[in-house]
Amino acid sequence: MKAKIRIDNACRMFVGGTVSAFEGLSFDVYDNEILCIVGPSGCGKTTLLRCIDGLVPLSAGRILLDGSPVTAPPSRMAVVFQHFGLFPWKTVEANVAYGLRLGGVSRSDATARVRRALTLVGLETFAGYYPYQLSGGMQQRVGLARALAIDPDVLLMDEPFAALDAQTREILQEEMLRILEQERKTIVFVTHSIDEALVLGDRVIVLTARPARVRAVLTVPYARPRSVAAVRADPAFGALRSQVWDLLRQELQ
Amino acid sequence: MNAAASVADTASAQQRAVREAASRLRRRRRFHDALVRVVSVCAVLAIWEVGARAISPLLFAPPSRIAVAGVAMIASGELWPYLSLSFRVAAIGMLLGTIVGIAAGVLIARVRLLDLSLEPFVIALYSTPMVALIPLVVIWAGFGDSGKIVVIFLFAVFPVLLNTYQGVRGVDPRLLEVARSFRTSERALWGDVILPSALPFIVAGMRLALGRALIGMVIADLYTSVSGIGYLIVRYAQNLQIDRLLVPVVILSLTGVTLVQALRWVETRIAPWQFAGHDE
Repeated sequence: MKAKIRIDNACRMFVGGTVSAFEGLSFDVYDNEILCIVGPSGCGKTTLLRCIDGLVPLSAGRILLDGSPVTAPPSRMAVVFQHFGLFPWKTVEANVAYGLRLGGVSRSDATARVRRALTLVGLETFAGYYPYQLSGGMQQRVGLARALAIDPDVLLMDEPFAALDAQTREILQEEMLRILEQERKTIVFVTHSIDEALVLGDRVIVLTARPARVRAVLTVPYARPRSVAAVRADPAFGALRSQVWDLLRQELQ
Repeated sequence: MNAAASVADTASAQQRAVREAASRLRRRRRFHDALVRVVSVCAVLAIWEVGARAISPLLFAPPSRIAVAGVAMIASGELWPYLSLSFRVAAIGMLLGTIVGIAAGVLIARVRLLDLSLEPFVIALYSTPMVALIPLVVIWAGFGDSGKIVVIFLFAVFPVLLNTYQGVRGVDPRLLEVARSFRTSERALWGDVILPSALPFIVAGMRLALGRALIGMVIADLYTSVSGIGYLIVRYAQNLQIDRLLVPVVILSLTGVTLVQALRWVETRIAPWQFAGHDE
């Protein structure tokens, strides 16, 4: 399969320190796959994601998007943040239009694309609301719509559902799978939840404790389109889950 | 079908009842709070009235006599020329203080060199009682309006400057990262993130500056050339017309309260997310 993103022997030191977040890290992200990254807390998953987006430079190694090195945030990538990262002084509509406006998309074109993105996440009637008037789950839908609106090839998702309650999280997982059936994207999805990684991912990468390296790569045996409920109900799901948990537990000790 | 419909009806009726009860409770609490305020204002005025009547009118005046004196001064047209003189100068000083305060605050917050080199002076000047500088201001800028404007400016500029500085420095670094991830330019960053985020701080700074500008106005009227409101106060004090002396004082305090409340209202309107949830 073709590598959309290649992490090549990447290393990132913590600011001013001698400790590295990750070191000698190499793996590929294939075109149109959902790659979930799990690892012990504090192992630098978020730092890795920021490096992939070019927000933070690597200390050594390379990250390639379609074969060329990433040095600044590429226009073909969009990030969905754990903290949502919505501008409280902008309406839902203006938040979703943000990337388009910065990208110089014409006003009429932007309006149409914003409406399409909002419809995709089921918020078309909330365009005039402000983020503080929405629930956490709805706010993250706005975050997702904002990322989808610029029509990127790659979505980087940094524990996007971690700040939500369990029920909302499950609904949004389901929604995300549904949306990705309509919009094929390459997804790098960082999570600390094994369940979430297995429910959403085509592959799951398990990282080691700091400095993070690839501990294992698992291929999730559920084809897409898939339903979250069906995956959870599958008898083999439990075994898969404990397999990942065992890998992680060794790292925690 | 009917049963389901009636269950839904009951549920919505129940919801409506709960909502109505909650809004009734809110209304009652609001009414109670307003009542306490009105009663306390009336009580203070009544005590003042009774107390002041027991004291010689050469030393103090009850609110009723101040009101009568105020009406007389307005009717005779002697109040307005003095007030307008002082307020015009105060408005100019306040305006200059706001413009310079915002500009300087933004620059110091965003340019590291300025921050490092100017911060000690800003803090020192902010802590210096401006009254002590008035003789110097008079030497430099004269006794006239320009001297007064400089005094008011000095009173007003620092709260705006420091609040602007804090607002710009306090921009959520996570939102700055969001902007970078969407490939913002530095100029777009200002309009999209930094200024909207600092705006509530700037308005709060203006609110603080306003109170200080009014103080500066009276001080300037008393300590540079005695004119405007300061002249009124001094003249009536010399004549021992306490009721008339207190008319400009009351007007000053009402002006202050009104303008500060207006800016408070602006604050809640420009940053409603900061106040979200306080009602519930």
